[in-house]
Amino acid sequence: MSAINLRLGAFAAALALLAATSSGALAQKKYDTGASDTEIKIGNIMPYSGPASAYGVIGKTEEAYFRKINAEGGINGRKINFVSYDDAYSPPKTVEQARKLVESDEVLLVFNSLGTPPNTAIQKYLNSKKVPQLFVATGATKWNDPKDFPWTMGWQPNYQSESQIYAKYILKNYPNAKIGILYQNDDYGKDYLKGFKDGLGAKAASMIVLEESYEVSQPTIDSHIVKLKSSGADVFFNITTPKFAAQAIKKNMEIGWKPLHFLNNVSASIGSVMKPAGFENAQDIISSQYFKDPTDAQWKNDAAMKAWNEFLDKYYPEANRADASVMYAYIVSQGLVHVLKACGDDLTRANVMKQAASIKDLELNGLLPGVKVNTSATDFAPLSQLQLIRFKGENWERFGEILSGDVGG
Amino acid sequence: MSAVEEVVTEAPAVEAVPKRAMTLGLGTSLVVLGALVLAPLFVKNFIIFQMTMLLIYGLAVLALNILTGGSGQFSLGQSAFYAVGAYTSAILMEHAGMNYALTLPIAGLICFAFGFAFGQPALRLSGIYLALATFALAVAMPQLLKLHFVEHWTGGVQGLVVTKPDAPFGLPMGQDMWLYYFTLVITIGIYIASVNLLRSRSGRAFMAIRDNEIAASAMGVDVALYKTLAFGVSAGITGVAGGLGAIAVQFVAPDSYTITLAISLFLGMVVGGVGWLPGSIVGAAFIIFVPNIAESISKGLSGAVFGVLLFIVIFLVPHGARQIAIVAQQVLSKFKK
Repeated sequence: MSAINLRLGAFAAALALLAATSSGALAQKKYDTGASDTEIKIGNIMPYSGPASAYGVIGKTEEAYFRKINAEGGINGRKINFVSYDDAYSPPKTVEQARKLVESDEVLLVFNSLGTPPNTAIQKYLNSKKVPQLFVATGATKWNDPKDFPWTMGWQPNYQSESQIYAKYILKNYPNAKIGILYQNDDYGKDYLKGFKDGLGAKAASMIVLEESYEVSQPTIDSHIVKLKSSGADVFFNITTPKFAAQAIKKNMEIGWKPLHFLNNVSASIGSVMKPAGFENAQDIISSQYFKDPTDAQWKNDAAMKAWNEFLDKYYPEANRADASVMYAYIVSQGLVHVLKACGDDLTRANVMKQAASIKDLELNGLLPGVKVNTSATDFAPLSQLQLIRFKGENWERFGEILSGDVGG
Repeated sequence: MSAVEEVVTEAPAVEAVPKRAMTLGLGTSLVVLGALVLAPLFVKNFIIFQMTMLLIYGLAVLALNILTGGSGQFSLGQSAFYAVGAYTSAILMEHAGMNYALTLPIAGLICFAFGFAFGQPALRLSGIYLALATFALAVAMPQLLKLHFVEHWTGGVQGLVVTKPDAPFGLPMGQDMWLYYFTLVITIGIYIASVNLLRSRSGRAFMAIRDNEIAASAMGVDVALYKTLAFGVSAGITGVAGGLGAIAVQFVAPDSYTITLAISLFLGMVVGGVGWLPGSIVGAAFIIFVPNIAESISKGLSGAVFGVLLFIVIFLVPHGARQIAIVAQQVLSKFKK
């Protein structure tokens, strides 16, 4: 008996050893479709044409950044092959392009595809195929939903957490404010509005005196501003895209309405909003930021900004440096490179999601000091910190602490 | 109006009955059908999906072809009917839990009614004025879908996610292949029905109106009825296409049905050959694949490349695929002799 036991034991031990060595050998290099010893294939979908084509610059910057990474030796010796397609911001086209990326080009993951409707259209498909839909380029709140969509992850601070930060600030400092709101009548505007009302909580009904909405196709929003003034509001929450934000700031001054003005981060650009609206009209506007505005003079000698400029000089010289999208793409590309490096030689889709969901206090070039990327198995919102800023002179002045407002989808 | 007249009456006007002008010969039809049936067995799922979209857009172009090529009325508002069909299917499937196949006839009927109703005011307009009126419809539709009081049903700007059907009866094929054959059967059905419609009394009435409205009414054709009927039929078929599109894409959102779609369908019709029904599939192929080709040539200038390609096509073959088919036929008949 004992002899047999001994023999069995030895056999089991040998088996275990064998298993250990072979799995060890496997663990060294593991690949899913789209990754190999020499290459990592990354898919991307951008509106290079159509109504949202201004954002196409994000795809171009990312392509340039990966060229830089490849020129510097790639990721653990592997080159990034960045395949980017145009969907013209039309969801059926997005589905077609996503299927092309997954089934025909066989990419490892889909990275930073842009827009809420396009991403919604492919979310179910990518999750059923178990292909990572990593760092989507939209501020909607619903991407942070690891339970239902474990293969989809957001990136930037979402709209709802941002407007909650304003709501909390108002509640604390101006508890008796009468608030007027102007918002764009689409998913983006409504997401902001919802977060703001949630942030005000029970006081929302009594504090908000007027909600005005406009369509993105309208040429001007002047009449809405006049209406908001006559409502007697003394706090103005301005949920508009850059063109309209500049109009609103100008019109406020023209009709002599001087409320405490909160402007959403979407339009916090000095180059495309504050300057056209006129610096003198934009004083004391409050907004929030998580990355450095390249047009803000205070970052002129900043090391990260210098690195950004060097990268653009060498790999994307024709870029418009006043465009916040260029900075956005620069930061999110670094995020992807971080994840891929962390994957090591285990380039499976499951490991990509695992590494993406275990980022701890990562600081990236271009983020504001103190803003860090954090994820976990239950937190699929990598960036959720913002800092309040106030416009003084020709620059944004940061004030208060770095604030965070995690909202799940 | 005159443009259509010219396009439709040019080459095949010698034939007494415009049968040939509308369709392919029996042999050619069978070859095309065989290719459509067998092709999915040899290609990837992604290609099958593209072929499904090809059939769906083909249907929508066919619908426009009946309206423009048949009755001579312009429409830049097909995207609106397409959207109504898509939303009808999506809402019935997701909110009422209805079987996807049943939602299609309903989508068709609703769009027929919608098109018929829209045809009433359109009676007073013709040519470019009608084109503008329908254009207004296409521009309005995406915003109407976002309206607050329908948002509960349409999902507003977020749209609706649709569940893709599995193959029934335990058939051993994937979702994509099943949906392709399902779409193929419907497309063939509608194609045959359309050909028959255009060859029937109603079809001759359509064409009489197209060629000369006054003469048609002098011959006893009820111009008002047939004009609205043409609108209704066209909208109904577009609605079915929209419903199929919603099922294939698994998602409906206002951004999917903008004026760009309407213009694409119009473009597909012209490239395929106005009034030539088989050209619809060729036109659909053009609007699906040529943008991809243009993109692969130059990403930054894809729109410009597409424009150049379109220009070349219109310049070389102004009557679209039909012209190529006619030339091919002539060459073939020479060989036979």
